[in-house]
Order: sequence, then C-alpha cells, then structure tokens
Amino acid sequence: MTKNVALFVTCLVDMMRPRIGFAAIRALEAAGCAVVVPEGQTCCGQPALNSGDRDHAAALAKQTIAALEPYEAVVIPSGSCAGTIRCHYPEIFAHDSVWLPRAQAVAAKTWEVMAYLDQICGWKPQGVSVDARATYHDSCSGLRELGIKAQPRRLLRTIDGLTFAPLAGEETCCGFGGTFCVKYPAISNAIVGEKADAIDATGVDLLLAGDLGCLMNIAGKLHRKGSKVRAYHAIELIAGMGDGPAIGEEA
Amino acid sequence: MSGFKERADAALADPILKIAVERTTGTAETKRMIAIDAFPDFEAARTRAAAIKDHVIAHLGAYLEQFEANAIAAGAKVHWAETADEACKIVIDICKAAGAGSVARSKSMLGEEIGLPHALAEAGIDRVETDLAEHIIQLADERPSHIIWPAMHKTREQVSALFKARHRSPHEEETIAAMAESARRELRTQMLGADVGISGANFLIADSGAVCTVTNEGNAELSLVPPRVHIVTAGIEKIVPSTPHAIHMLRMLARSATGAALTQYTTFYTGPKRAGDRDGPDAMHIVLVDNGRTKMREEGLAEMLRCIRCGACMNHCVVFRQIGGHAYGGTYPGPMGAVLTPALDALAPNRDLAHACTLNGKCQEVCPVRIPLPTLLKGWREKSWREGLEPASIRAGLGLWAWVAMRPRLYRLGTGIAVRALRLLGTKGWIAKLPLAGGWTRDRDMPKPAARTFMAQYQKERRP
Ligand code: SF4
Repeated sequence: MTKNVALFVTCLVDMMRPRIGFAAIRALEAAGCAVVVPEGQTCCGQPALNSGDRDHAAALAKQTIAALEPYEAVVIPSGSCAGTIRCHYPEIFAHDSVWLPRAQAVAAKTWEVMAYLDQICGWKPQGVSVDARATYHDSCSGLRELGIKAQPRRLLRTIDGLTFAPLAGEETCCGFGGTFCVKYPAISNAIVGEKADAIDATGVDLLLAGDLGCLMNIAGKLHRKGSKVRAYHAIELIAGMGDGPAIGEEA
Repeated sequence: MSGFKERADAALADPILKIAVERTTGTAETKRMIAIDAFPDFEAARTRAAAIKDHVIAHLGAYLEQFEANAIAAGAKVHWAETADEACKIVIDICKAAGAGSVARSKSMLGEEIGLPHALAEAGIDRVETDLAEHIIQLADERPSHIIWPAMHKTREQVSALFKARHRSPHEEETIAAMAESARRELRTQMLGADVGISGANFLIADSGAVCTVTNEGNAELSLVPPRVHIVTAGIEKIVPSTPHAIHMLRMLARSATGAALTQYTTFYTGPKRAGDRDGPDAMHIVLVDNGRTKMREEGLAEMLRCIRCGACMNHCVVFRQIGGHAYGGTYPGPMGAVLTPALDALAPNRDLAHACTLNGKCQEVCPVRIPLPTLLKGWREKSWREGLEPASIRAGLGLWAWVAMRPRLYRLGTGIAVRALRLLGTKGWIAKLPLAGGWTRDRDMPKPAARTFMAQYQKERRP
C-alpha cells in the first residue's frame, strides 16, 4: 500500500542543503511512499516559539497545520522540527478549542524521517555501500522529545562497508540550540569545541547525525580546527547519496 | 554587578575553573549513572517522587499547619517569615535573645538565598561555616558556585594555598588528608564553642514535626547538637507528609547528587533536648520561609517547588559545565537557578538566564522529580517577550521574519535571495566571516548554502 506522505522541508534544509530533502524523498519512495511537498509550508515557527514570541509561533503553527492536514503522514528530516510539531503544537493551542484538535491530529501523524522509515515502513536500505568509518551524534530534540536513538542506527547498519566507532558523549548537546549559538557564541563555541575534539578522537572518516543545525555547527567547528572528518545527514547515506559532497564541500 | 555575558566570558577565559568544574561534574555524572543503573525501576521512583511533591505543594497550607502543631508539641518554636529580610531578622533576634557571640552554621542554600551570612555579619555576630566547602568559601570571601559542592570551582591547589594563608596552624603538605586535618583543627574548637547552631532542612516531616538534614561530613550534627540553641531555616516547600516519604525522597536525592545510596549522615531532629537527654540544645526554633514560594505556586511555577536541590541538572548541563555557577549571578546556578532566580529576584536583570540554554532537555532527563526545566525556561522567555524586555532588534528581526514566513511566495523569493547573497560571502564551500552573526564565525566556519533552495529546485525539476 503506498502511503501518501507530505515532506516538510525545514528552513535549514531548504536553504543550506537541499540534498537532504531529496535524499528523504528518495528513501521514502524506495519504501513505497508517494511523496508530496506541500506548497503552503515555510517554517514550523520554532525560532519564534523558542524566543518567547508566542503570537508569531501560533500564527506559523496554524499555517503549517493547514498545509499538512490533508496528508496521511508528515515526514521531516529533522528531529527538532518534528519535535516542535509533535510535542509543542498541542501545547501552543492547549486553550484553543478549535485549533487544539487540529494540532493534535497533525502532531499524531508527524514523524522524523528515519523513525518513519524504520518504525512505520519497516524499510531498510538495499544495495547501498559506503566504504568508511563513521560515528553518530544524537541530536537533542530527536533523542529526548521523540526517542530517536535506535532507528537511524538500524538503518545505517544495513549499509555495506560502513563501520561505526562509538562517540564519547554521543548524547551530549553540541551547543547549537537554534538561536542560542548566535546569542551566546562564546559559550556555544566552547561546547562545540569539546564535541569536535571527541569526534576527532574517534579517528573516523564521517560524522553522521539527523539534524542539519547540529551538523552545521559541528562541521563548521571541525573545519575551522582543520579536522579531516566529513559530515553528512544520515538520511543522505541511507538514501544512497553518500557519494556526494559532504557538508562544506563544493559539488 | 556585571551582566551574565560578562560573567560568562570571564568564566570561559579561566582555564583553572574549567578543570575544576569538569572534575567534579564529570565524576558526579559517572557515579549517578552507575547508581541509577543499579536502582530497580528508577523511572517509577521518579514518578512517585514527583507525585509526593505535587501532592504536598497542592496542600501546602494543611501540611505546614500539621507540621507546626507537631513541632510545637515536640517542644520547638515555629516562626513564619514572608520575606528574606523577615527571616534574617527572626534569626538575629533569636541569636541576640540567646546572648550569642558566635554561631556555627551548617550549609544551607536557603540561608544563602535569604542572605543570612551577610545579615549575621551586619549584626556583629561571628559565624563559623562548618561545611568544609562553605568554610573554603568563607575564607575566600566568595559565594557558593554549586548547591552541593559550593567550592567546586576551586582546585585542590587553590584550597591548599588558601588554608596556608588563613589557617592558624596549617600543614605544609598538599595532600587531601593534611588539608582535611588542618580544616578540622581550625573548625572543631569554633564549632564546639558556638552558642547557636544554624542549619537548613532537607525535609520537614509533617506527621512528626521533625526536621531532616543530610551531610557527608557530620558537620550538621557537630554544629547543631552542642550549642544551647538550634535554629532551622527552611523553605516552606520542604515539607513531606511522613518519614517514609522523606526516605523515598532521600534515596532520590543522594543518588541524583553524588551517586551514593545515602549520604553519610542523615539526622532527624524533633524538638530540643528533653528531660533525661544527655545532649542537645535547650531550645529549637524553626523559621518557615516563604520568600516568593507562594507566588511561584500561583504564577505557574508550582513544578519548580518540587526541587529537592540535588544538583543533577547543573552537573549535566553543557552550559553550566562551561561557565560554572558564579556566572549565573544568583544563589542557585544551572538550569534550576535559571528558573528560580527570576522568581526570587526579578526577570528584567535576569532575562539572559532563560535564554542561555540550548533547550537540549538533559536537565529534565536527569531531574529526580521530573521538573520540566526547559518548559519553565521557555515560560520565562515568553513572559520576557510579553513584557517587552527583549531587545528591540530581536523583536523587529523576528517580527519581520515571521511576517515573511506567513507569506509562502514571498518567503520563497526571500530565501532565494538570501542564499545567493550568502554564497557571495563564501569561498570553497565555507563562509569564514558572517556579517550579522559574527559570533558564529569567530571560532567556526559556516557552510556555504546551496546555489538554489530546495523549493526552487523541487518546483522546477521535481528532482535534483
Ligand atoms: S531541578 Fe531537579 S535536578 Fe535540578 S536540583 Fe532540583 S531536583 Fe535536582
């Protein structure tokens, strides 16, 4: 049975790394989904929500809910944005009898892409090979709001030639935190510096994660310190797009 | 006083602080993990702990009255203080009435919160801090930087130097044993000579009127039993219905704080010395302090009153571990301090605290009473926004961005222009200097955006 799935493309994926969106589409289609990218979507409103600007957050949430309502499922290549829709939209409308049920309905069918492929589709990548040693960083929102931990690892483990090294502090925040990294760059830098050191210490070729925000932060630090570790969103490898340029490499 | 950012910058520039904080929090993290792994169904125990606290906080008045009646029946005097100043005044009046020249104090965060050390000094009453870490802080004339290890920001070498300079007969060696011995010599005589002993309370037990304190050094017992008068200052949220409830909370507290099954010393004090008792104070006073707690309960911070002051949230906080406790500027540091300080002080001067958090959720994951710290911090951000305390530049920027994001076609146009403009700043895939977010690129690079947005590519070709 094909599933009619809406892909929500996060702001960062849209602007910084469209490959991730296309990788999500490729993997979802391979798993038997019919993928649509709804026109009405822009940003889920997380920056406003986390800044305390509840009115704008609610307005953007309404727009997003309306855009995503018609579909059987909503899939997002980001644990952070998926977490916002799943966990925080219902909170925003807790006292709104009209929007609360709509928010809850969309929340209930919203998934982070790797969790969706693994848990709902029961799919695994086939015939994909990447000859490299990798390590995985667990992004905070996906991990703690959505329980994403085993799903990406299960998917990645079926890739031929890919081996894994454990990362010390794999569940520790990288210091990105949305606007945090811009508001408190010095603290953010100190945190990501430790993350980059821990990654370098594993001696791997690749850093994988499920959120572009964290990846940009960590890859940017690795690059500045002259590390050779290359960074990808895990879905790129899973979709068989691991032969393309890593984050920060020219195509 | 300087602002949060300046204090944080100063902390980041201090390599010794970093080593000291990492040593203690790193050990605490490991020990807690081992202890929790060995705890049968810790999740259920957390749920129960949260439920116990929620129950008493919902029925605070009734439990406090029950406690008061039982404490009085046991011979204690109970006082009620609405504010910090009132609490200090009550304590000082008791000291003066007792003709106290010196007091022995056993570490209490509430004492710090209400400014008791300062108030005692102003009243001309000598104070000896009997907790080893508080003793170090007193010698250095500083404030605590952690609620469990007040002197965690100091290295052993720094403490040794302090002891050598300030103790009457310090050892020359820098071994822990020698340093502890020096502190013991220094403190014991002063402890035993004090007229009044002052402590906090970890739990107030409603059905017996008992006060429970825990320490790892036995300093509470030594400083509270010999003096003629024992004064307890306790926040009203410290109440639990009965001893079994207190025991449950103690198991959560010790494991979350240090990974130990229990603290070395756990003592229940019920009233002063009775006829036939060999020792104990002649009088026991309990000062129940509100200092904003009732207001917190009414203003959406009831969950924060569950806090049992274990320190797990700060030990696991990436921000705390970089900047230490003093940067937070209040009595309580870390995530719990970031929630409490605006409530105890005011939001305007502390608005940074709510923002200086990545919302990674680790604090909530480790909190033994399941306080939703990130949600409470976001609550402060919202209040700050509503009250117009957020900088105008951020308000304007977010407003403009949201206005555009509400118009998908305009948004696509805008993102298209933005990526092209950003690409001009980069060379070979990376941007080394961003105009508006220079902080980001000071110490890390920014990957160059794509030539065209996902939406542009998708609408045109449906495929890359
Ligand atoms: S907020 Fe939770 S983790 Fe932090 S000190 Fe209080 S009880 Fe402990």
